[in-house]
Amino acid sequence: MSQAIVDAFDASQYWQLSEKVSLRDEEFGALAYHHVNRRLIFLKSRELVDVVRRLGDFESADDAVNSLVAPDQHDRYVTALAALEKSALIRGR
Amino acid sequence: MGAESSLRSRFERGLAAPICLTWELTYACNLACTHCLSSSGRRDPRELTTAEAKSLIDEIAAMQIFYVNVGGGEPMIRRDFFELIEHAVSRHVGVKFSTNGTRIDKESAKRLAGIDYLDVQISIDGADAATSDRIRGVGSYDAARRAMENLRDANFGRFKISVVMTKESVEQLDDFEALATSYGAELRLTRFRPSGRGVEVWNELHPTLEQNRGLYRWLLERPNVLTGDSFFHLSALGSPLEGLNLCGAGRVVCLIDPVGDVYACPFVIHDEFLAGNVRDAGFAQVWTNSELFRSLREPGNPGACASCGSYDACRGGCMAAKFFTGLEMSDPDPECVFGHGEAALAAKHVSIRPISSPDHSRRIPVTLASR
Repeated sequence: MSQAIVDAFDASQYWQLSEKVSLRDEEFGALAYHHVNRRLIFLKSRELVDVVRRLGDFESADDAVNSLVAPDQHDRYVTALAALEKSALIRGR
Repeated sequence: MGAESSLRSRFERGLAAPICLTWELTYACNLACTHCLSSSGRRDPRELTTAEAKSLIDEIAAMQIFYVNVGGGEPMIRRDFFELIEHAVSRHVGVKFSTNGTRIDKESAKRLAGIDYLDVQISIDGADAATSDRIRGVGSYDAARRAMENLRDANFGRFKISVVMTKESVEQLDDFEALATSYGAELRLTRFRPSGRGVEVWNELHPTLEQNRGLYRWLLERPNVLTGDSFFHLSALGSPLEGLNLCGAGRVVCLIDPVGDVYACPFVIHDEFLAGNVRDAGFAQVWTNSELFRSLREPGNPGACASCGSYDACRGGCMAAKFFTGLEMSDPDPECVFGHGEAALAAKHVSIRPISSPDHSRRIPVTLASR
């Protein structure tokens, strides 16, 4: 993923799973389907699925990631969220 | 959306529920396209009732199947068509429906425009009336264009123009793109398979090797053109095309026909690929326990393709295309880009080509253009 996408994502802001998305648990993580842009997206870890599901419970994406994953994984998860924002899987307020 | 190989092999082993499924609502159709993959025409008297159809939708919703591809026959012929699709979207099941457009007048276009999570795919088989009507019947192209105009006027948004790639239509790719652009529509191209009545015209109408190579290059340059993942056999030519690039039959997709019979995919409406019926113990039971589906989820045998360096790209191609041209599952796809399929067909001294078992074609043909 390009650095530009990561840079464009503001993890200090509030984010939540879009209501236009259906998220279905799978052995490998989850499948997500966006009903408007019709994209099928693969979430390839249970931990990421958990972060995405609970994102809206936190004031910011940073808060969510800090609370739910180990500190050394922080950047990896923010990068993953940036990609999901690009696909409109998550949305701001 | 390029699926990496570990994810792809996970899909090849089958998911607990399909990603999407195709549901032919009725075998009734007011057209009689020569290549109809479901041999449609006459309504089957055993068609699912409205109540049965709604409870099937509820089960699809409970299994978290993301969307259904609604087709037929002509789905809008069913009197409860709107009732059923509105029921589906109210359960958060997306609907993509394929239609010949003949029933999309101004009023129904408005009603369709008011439904969220709904895709409409209008089928044509040529960028001009003469080409399209040779396959779909006189007047069908103009009717489809009227439907497109009605959807545009009703502000439906981005509907889809859906074209099956034949020897003739594949020569008009740029015209289809221009037509879609003129309506603000999306273009969707799908592979012509020798299924249903298509078996009778496949030899005559399927694209040549050279045409398929051109199509592949054209698609690579246009990732926004939709293909329903149907050209994965062409991915052997180089970079993979958009999509999962695998045969999803009985693994991540399947077909439910108008009487509730469940088949492995929309292109194999044949007893050999019949997994069960939703009337017996529901759809989930068929999906999970059908012996046929379980066998399709076993690791594939590359067969004759084992020594080809491109097997990982094309996975041996399309099961339906092999079956209905009389090839074995272990043979190459009849349209193998390296010509191995044509060679395999030529090497057969006797080729027995099965025809689709349920045939709802009308016995008295409707008016068709002379060929």
